Amino acid sequence: MTSTSASSTVGGSRTERVRSPSGVDWFLIGAITLVIAACVNVLMFTPTELRQGLAQKIFYIHVPAAITGLYFSVIPMAIVSGMYLWLKDERLDRIAESLAEVALVFVAVVLCTGPFWGKPIWGTYWQWEARLTSTLFLSFVLVGYLVMRGAIEQPEPRARLSAIIGIMAGCLVPFIHLTVYMFTTLHPMPIVLTPNFTRANLSPEMLRSFLYSLAAFLTLYLAMARNRYRWATERDRLQLLEDQR
Amino acid sequence: MPLDVDTLPRAGRGTAVVASELVRRFGGRKAVDSVSLELASGECLALFGPNGAGKTTLLRMLGGQLKPTHGTVHLHGHRLPGEAATRQLVGLISHHTMLYDALTAHENVQFAAECHGVQNAGQMAMDALALLKVGARAATPVRLLSRGLQQRVSIARALVHNPRLVLLDEPYTGLDETGARALTRALQQLLLLGATLVLVTHHLGEGLALATRASIMMNGSIVRTDLAPPNGFDSVTYAALYRSLTAQEAE
Amino acid sequence: MSAPPSVELSYRPPGFVRDAIRVAKKDLLIEFRTRSAFMAAAVFAVLSSVIFRFTWEQSRISPLDVAPGVLWVIFAFSGLLGLHRSFGVELADRALDAMLASPMSRESIFAGKALANLAFVACVQALTLPAVGLFFNLPAESFWWGIVAVSLLASIGLVAVGTLFAAITSNTRLAELLLPMLALPFFVPVVIPAAQATSLLMNGRPFSEATDWIKILAAFDIVFVAVSTVAFPFTLEE
Repeated sequence: MTSTSASSTVGGSRTERVRSPSGVDWFLIGAITLVIAACVNVLMFTPTELRQGLAQKIFYIHVPAAITGLYFSVIPMAIVSGMYLWLKDERLDRIAESLAEVALVFVAVVLCTGPFWGKPIWGTYWQWEARLTSTLFLSFVLVGYLVMRGAIEQPEPRARLSAIIGIMAGCLVPFIHLTVYMFTTLHPMPIVLTPNFTRANLSPEMLRSFLYSLAAFLTLYLAMARNRYRWATERDRLQLLEDQR
Repeated sequence: MPLDVDTLPRAGRGTAVVASELVRRFGGRKAVDSVSLELASGECLALFGPNGAGKTTLLRMLGGQLKPTHGTVHLHGHRLPGEAATRQLVGLISHHTMLYDALTAHENVQFAAECHGVQNAGQMAMDALALLKVGARAATPVRLLSRGLQQRVSIARALVHNPRLVLLDEPYTGLDETGARALTRALQQLLLLGATLVLVTHHLGEGLALATRASIMMNGSIVRTDLAPPNGFDSVTYAALYRSLTAQEAE
Repeated sequence: MSAPPSVELSYRPPGFVRDAIRVAKKDLLIEFRTRSAFMAAAVFAVLSSVIFRFTWEQSRISPLDVAPGVLWVIFAFSGLLGLHRSFGVELADRALDAMLASPMSRESIFAGKALANLAFVACVQALTLPAVGLFFNLPAESFWWGIVAVSLLASIGLVAVGTLFAAITSNTRLAELLLPMLALPFFVPVVIPAAQATSLLMNGRPFSEATDWIKILAAFDIVFVAVSTVAFPFTLEE
């Protein structure tokens, strides 16, 4: 990434001073390191669960990634979208856009890797258990949000209409959870081997590892979102200059 | 809309529209750059300019459909865009008919009248259609009408609620001579009743016929305003003036 | 600028319901005249029921097991057909601009369009329910009233969300792709409870067993009717 230091208040819209240091994003590197450390922690330093063995450890990675990519993205996205409609600050729109895109990356990783890990544990590639199902439904919302952004070229309608979708998505989350939870409770799936990941079954060390993983993934998410935000700022600044020519 | 003009008192020539330092930005682009104007009741402003000059944007701000980025618009003392009730003061005519194809001419105009809270909407709709000389086709679905007749129905739709400010964006598009004359006559009547008109058109002749004032807009600003001489504008002279101004700009 | 208004605005009594009904009547009149969307939805519904009927092994699985799902898939997709047209008709000649230029509130315009869409969806359902009942050889028993009630409750939520998304997508490119793409994930928390409740009723369970699902539907309706109505003015450029 070339070093750019651009600050302009052209046309009254506030564009950011894009201050990227000479090529290296230390926050992102730090976050990646944290994630690697969390993986090492899970493999080496976390007790193995008796019944399921080594494969169960996948879920220290899988579940935090899902939780981050979903719950920690859609709700903030909804809040930021609401703030955009209130304050009309285009920076908020860029934040929402970044949150959504990085969330989709996380969710895609979760949904793609789930089947590969699920097969040894569940016996099937896909399982309609509550978390996976919710992840799938909310991923459709994210995809719809991003496709719609792509379909609108003018920045102001794009920001405004995306913000509405963002808020609606935030309102949708509790309903998806409730519906999926009720459904999976009433219709328990015949499962070969249940990945036991309820709080009650976790020993303190396991819980600690889980929380470390969660923190690492959150940090990674924030680092990636921040990177994406700065790219969006630069893109919009260039677009502004182009419009004025 | 009252038809018997002679029995009605002439409206006073008080100030109708006051626009102050209007600016509108789309992204980084300034479509309208600090435009101010003041129009009285019974005045007609003809607004000319090349494509992309910002005329339509200015028009929409004057009518309260678009919020200015900076600046204010007041219509008869009411700030625009303001409370919903202020919208009954404005009528819109453009090259889009704003009609529903599947409904008849009368149904369209009656719907518009009802939306504006006009009493006795059915009869008022018939009167408006008659004024534009399309009364005979009132029961015809709009999609079966020719472009010119559709435009006349659209004008009836815009005027049925007796607006104080009428914004016209290329209203003569598609009108034949009968239609153009009917429109001009209806607009003249409105002016006599004290309405204010802002007319954007590329037809200098038609625009100047009604105008009490003519402005030329380029790149978001009004570069020149002329008041109508006592005998009205001379379109030949004005056309030459317009051409020289726009040619200068193009260089 | 601070001069008092020189023209008084004639008093308009608050007419939210009247305005909404007027807009709804206008929309339904247009749909009645053209019948294009209704025909498309009706044909889709009947054809789908027929096709579904032939897709499973009838000796092994009872129609009562499959019918609720089939019903709600058809309702979800046929609803989309009607929703798309609700703003299409406004944009063809910019008739929406004329409505927005009138003193009617934006919320009443939304309510009117949603009401018209609800009527449309209800008509399609009124056709689909007997068709599915007939083709799937379902018993003609009292549970149909419960199913009608569930359908209505669910349709309110579908229509509220769908009308808002139709307003959003109608001005974009790829409008016909975007509307299903955006709306269907939001239909999920409606379709699942509705199908579950329908299934319970069809299998002769008492209405009381379906109350949990009904509560979700009611909650969804309340939340999303409110949110959609408030969000609608933001879909319009100001």
